[in-house]
Amino acid sequence: MLDFSILTENLDMYLLGFKNTIMSSLVALVSSLILGVLIAIMRIAPIKPLNWLGTAYVEFIRNIPLLIITFFFFLGLKLSGLYAGTLALTIYTSSFIAEAIRAGILSVPKGQMEAARSSGLTYGQAMRLVILPQAVKIVIPPLGNQFINLVKNSSILAVVAGLDLMYHGDLISSRTFVVFDVYIFVAAFYLILTIPLSFGVGYLEKRLAKSN
Amino acid sequence: MDFAGAYTPDNLKFLLEGFWVTLQVAFISIILSFIIGGLVGIIRYAKVPVLSQILALIVETVRNLPLLLIIFFTYFALPEVRIKLEIIPAAIVALTIFESAMLSEVIRSGLKSIDKGQMEAARSSGLSYTQALIHIILPQALRRMVPPIVSQFISLLKDTSLAVVISLPELTHHGQIIYGQSQKYLIPILILVALMYFLVNYSLSLVAQRLELKRT
Repeated sequence: MLDFSILTENLDMYLLGFKNTIMSSLVALVSSLILGVLIAIMRIAPIKPLNWLGTAYVEFIRNIPLLIITFFFFLGLKLSGLYAGTLALTIYTSSFIAEAIRAGILSVPKGQMEAARSSGLTYGQAMRLVILPQAVKIVIPPLGNQFINLVKNSSILAVVAGLDLMYHGDLISSRTFVVFDVYIFVAAFYLILTIPLSFGVGYLEKRLAKSN
Repeated sequence: MDFAGAYTPDNLKFLLEGFWVTLQVAFISIILSFIIGGLVGIIRYAKVPVLSQILALIVETVRNLPLLLIIFFTYFALPEVRIKLEIIPAAIVALTIFESAMLSEVIRSGLKSIDKGQMEAARSSGLSYTQALIHIILPQALRRMVPPIVSQFISLLKDTSLAVVISLPELTHHGQIIYGQSQKYLIPILILVALMYFLVNYSLSLVAQRLELKRT
């Protein structure tokens, strides 16, 4: 049976790690959203060199392991584990977000842009007022999935002593000489975050599918 | 930064050896995951009572946990309950557990995407449920599943790097060993390791894209 005294006696450490995991995920979420939108715009803007740059970024980043990006910031740029991990998460996730947003924008029929342009809007206005509002609906479920991945991927911080939940699990197990029970509780903390998120995304997917 | 010192023939050979382990571990894991995930996906699609609810619970739990945790747990925690695995089997078991859960969802949604009329037509022409599943539904669904399965394989190749935490002698770990000798090798090795992952994964993603285009 599980030894719950491990949870109660080390609750402060579990909670500190839990808090850092949430903080790091939220910071990475917001910054990867901003970066992802910018890169998606670069990829679809009618300027060839920008397209090329955006594509190169997305294809390179999403085809290499998150761990390599993390090592680059941690060992190469000598950032602290928490910063290196959060920055790497941002860069990595932004490539997937850019892809999801681009797919969403491209799924809006072309006639919408043409109609908006011919009624006198500039490209930027048409994008902001006509295309993006329609794309948002399509993009929300994949973005939700990316956020779930982000939370799970934030465990990468533990590899670079990033003070997250996994890392604190490590500390607790080296203090108590117990591994099994310690990590069952770590898993439970992750599930507290990810299970409601996946139910939320599943619900949104169903609702948006119905409304189409 | 010492590129010449980092890219000696010995080091390159060492990295390739690591990459070979990455490829092997990922390949064995995806095959096992396809078999297990396939069974789970079919059982859940067929809504086998009790069993499919239990599997749903397991799949949702595994899918929502970090893979790093599963790898760590398999290697360091299971010995406490008398399950002692060597490094390579532990990595394969952990990756397979995680990837089976992911693939079971790919396979289940592939099956669900086949028009209901197909099953009804097959049943009314006298096939049993199982026959209809094997001869009518599965062959159509499998074709649709190929691109997402290739994407999962790409994820798996990248995720194999997480097994550095249990010292699996794969590409990232071999990179670590080389730049462990000198700080000057760090950036050159990280760049080369990234490029190796990139080349294989990008080629695979092009294959997946082409397959997807062919289908539509």
